[in-house]
Amino acid sequence: MDFSQTHFELFGLPQSFALDRDKLDAAYRELQNTVHPDRFAAQPEAEQRVAMQWATQVNEAYQTLRHAVNRGVYLLKLQGIDAFDASNTRMAPAFLMQQMEWREAIEDARAGKHMAVLDSLTDDLRAAHRRIEAQLAELIDTAHDYEAASEAVRQLRFMDKLIAEIGDVYEELES
Amino acid sequence: MALLQIAEPGMTTAPHQHRLAVGIDLGTTNSLVATVRSALAVVLDDEAGHSLLPSVVRYHANGDVDVGYAAQSAQNSDPHNTIVSVKRFMGRGIADIDDIASLPYRFVNAPGMVQLKTAAGVKSPVEVSAEILKVLRRRAEAALGGELVGAVITVPAYFDDAQRQATKDAAQLAGLNVLRLLNEPTAAAIAYGLDNASEGVYAVYDLGGGTFDISILKLSKGVFEVLATHGDSALGGDDFDQRIFCWMVEQGRFAPLSAGDMRLLLTKARDAKEALTEHTEVRVTAVLSTGEMMDATLTQAGFNAMTAGLVNKTLAPTRKALRDSGLAVDEVKGVVMVGGSTRMPCIRQAVADFFKQTPLTNLDPDKVVALGAAMQADVLAGNRAGDDWLLLDVIPLSLGLETMGGLTEKVIPRNTTIPTARAQEFTTFKDGQTAMSVHVLQGERELASDCRSLARFELRGIPPMVAGAARIRVTFQVDADGLLSVAAREQSSGVEASVQVKPSYGLGDEDITRMLKDAFTHAKDDMFARALNEQIVDAQGLIAATRAALAADAALLDETETAAIEAGIAALEKRMGGIDHLAIKRGIEALNAATTEFAQRRMDQNVRRAMAGQKLETFG
Repeated sequence: MDFSQTHFELFGLPQSFALDRDKLDAAYRELQNTVHPDRFAAQPEAEQRVAMQWATQVNEAYQTLRHAVNRGVYLLKLQGIDAFDASNTRMAPAFLMQQMEWREAIEDARAGKHMAVLDSLTDDLRAAHRRIEAQLAELIDTAHDYEAASEAVRQLRFMDKLIAEIGDVYEELES
Repeated sequence: MALLQIAEPGMTTAPHQHRLAVGIDLGTTNSLVATVRSALAVVLDDEAGHSLLPSVVRYHANGDVDVGYAAQSAQNSDPHNTIVSVKRFMGRGIADIDDIASLPYRFVNAPGMVQLKTAAGVKSPVEVSAEILKVLRRRAEAALGGELVGAVITVPAYFDDAQRQATKDAAQLAGLNVLRLLNEPTAAAIAYGLDNASEGVYAVYDLGGGTFDISILKLSKGVFEVLATHGDSALGGDDFDQRIFCWMVEQGRFAPLSAGDMRLLLTKARDAKEALTEHTEVRVTAVLSTGEMMDATLTQAGFNAMTAGLVNKTLAPTRKALRDSGLAVDEVKGVVMVGGSTRMPCIRQAVADFFKQTPLTNLDPDKVVALGAAMQADVLAGNRAGDDWLLLDVIPLSLGLETMGGLTEKVIPRNTTIPTARAQEFTTFKDGQTAMSVHVLQGERELASDCRSLARFELRGIPPMVAGAARIRVTFQVDADGLLSVAAREQSSGVEASVQVKPSYGLGDEDITRMLKDAFTHAKDDMFARALNEQIVDAQGLIAATRAALAADAALLDETETAAIEAGIAALEKRMGGIDHLAIKRGIEALNAATTEFAQRRMDQNVRRAMAGQKLETFG
């Protein structure tokens, strides 16, 4: 296993935030078909062990590229930048305001048990998520503005947390 | 030298030889064994033509053991020594069993896993399960006319690490080589998916005798990808019986029951439940050993009312699994029903209402898991070539560590595709701290005390430093069976410690060895001859595979490397001439170690070839 190889190289994909999801999925399937421990269950132990290491690595690479936040963080890391470095926490005031409003809206929906409001909030958040992803592609792939990209990655993670919180509220209201 | 066959990776070294492999559904209520014969998965029956083996084990004072129908017929007359639904106790402590008061056993509160006192001595749930597996192994070997290469054993998807490990230990004790632990809903999906050549997203709703699983899978181009799984490992048909049981006690105004009467009422309760699948009402009567009696009618509506809470208990995990998969109800193309309990009309109705479609019930819900497991065993044994499907399964519950203040730090979140590995760094809390205790947990709760404790171990010999200076890297590795191993290492000094996650809830290797000895003594089997035979078979397999690899890929090695591997083969062959099975085992280990680098290079080459083909497909 060549650990100097990037996840993009592993799947034969260009190193960019913009992603051809079908190509990633096809390459992932092809690689797991080749290295998965189920392919070596009847083989000697040494081969089974190597298969487990490889399949673990392929899963890790796939999960990194598949999710927008992970992919952004990884691309920045390849540029030597830690998006979540403690000294690197700048966040636009407008986004923070928006974020607080969303939080309040979720809390209100929870208190009032308004499922329909939660549904529409989820849609809003997903739409905003897609907008930031598009910006991130522009910032990383075209503008090479990694500082602004770091902020966009942090925003995305905020959004993911909010979406997860809505999930918890659904769970609470349904039970 | 004989002509060597050139084997492709993942294929057997002798493609013409059919390797005997089975799938075993080790169920709470019934167990089955199935195999693939002439490309068709079939359940293997016993001599009397029964395909189901009741998961009931009876111990006699003289050491004899009955399994199946013979044991089942004694469950009312000999309740202490007749173990029913033992699966519910696998990997479980006494505090985990809710309805302990209404179970007719003499429990022993052993550390980790609960044990049962019988006429033949104290038995662990692992030993009881092994008795069931032994019967199925013998049934398969008789039907197939030879020794098994291995077995795929199914487990509920929602089983945690302790329950999985206990199942694997039971198989080992029964003399089975476990090719893989396979999640029950995934096994059912194989049987269904391949039968219907399905593509798209499917839900598998699996309600067995004592466990509930819900899995959401995506089927695409021969890949079965589990997107999310959820469940309740203590919810099943037994709980529905329990509700009727309580109703019967109420109707009869019975005094506290003896163990035999308790079992009698539970049996009657199950009969009533089964009758209500076909009929709208059923007359329930019972006469106890005390002369007390009851006679009442139970309607389907009455039954539905008393079990509505249980039905709802299956829908909460269903919602969670769907949410974790990021999908909406209308994106689910089909819902597969698995497990005998899905025959209940109230369950079918609730599932149909939830998914807004009629669930699929065309395969026998009692057999579909065993059939899928047999198909996977056939693949893993290497009996198929080229057209194999691939399973990508997940862990059902998050794995983590206890941190300061008794909190849980998640290291691997639930629904992560396996195999997987994740590392986390921790540091020391006090100046000069030289040891660190690592507490491995499984579960979703924030407090460590609310999660399942899987193992505790200590990393000692950390060089004294100021607080926060040591860097301790804890690595979690989950293999393709869903089993965890954990290693800790202090980065600056290289001090290491690791565990196979077994000690607190599974059995130690010594326990297994002792049980194996007990078992063989009783069966008057020649343990020594068997061990020797097993090692020789393993050694032959390894040598054949290594020779095939050398013939195919000698170009990946230089002369010295080839010579080293040849020397390893020669050394092992020499040991095979002797009668020391441990010496052969060491020879196998040595040859495995000598071929690790070669295995890595072969895999690198496979990956290069696969990805080259991928590029041609993509651009061509």
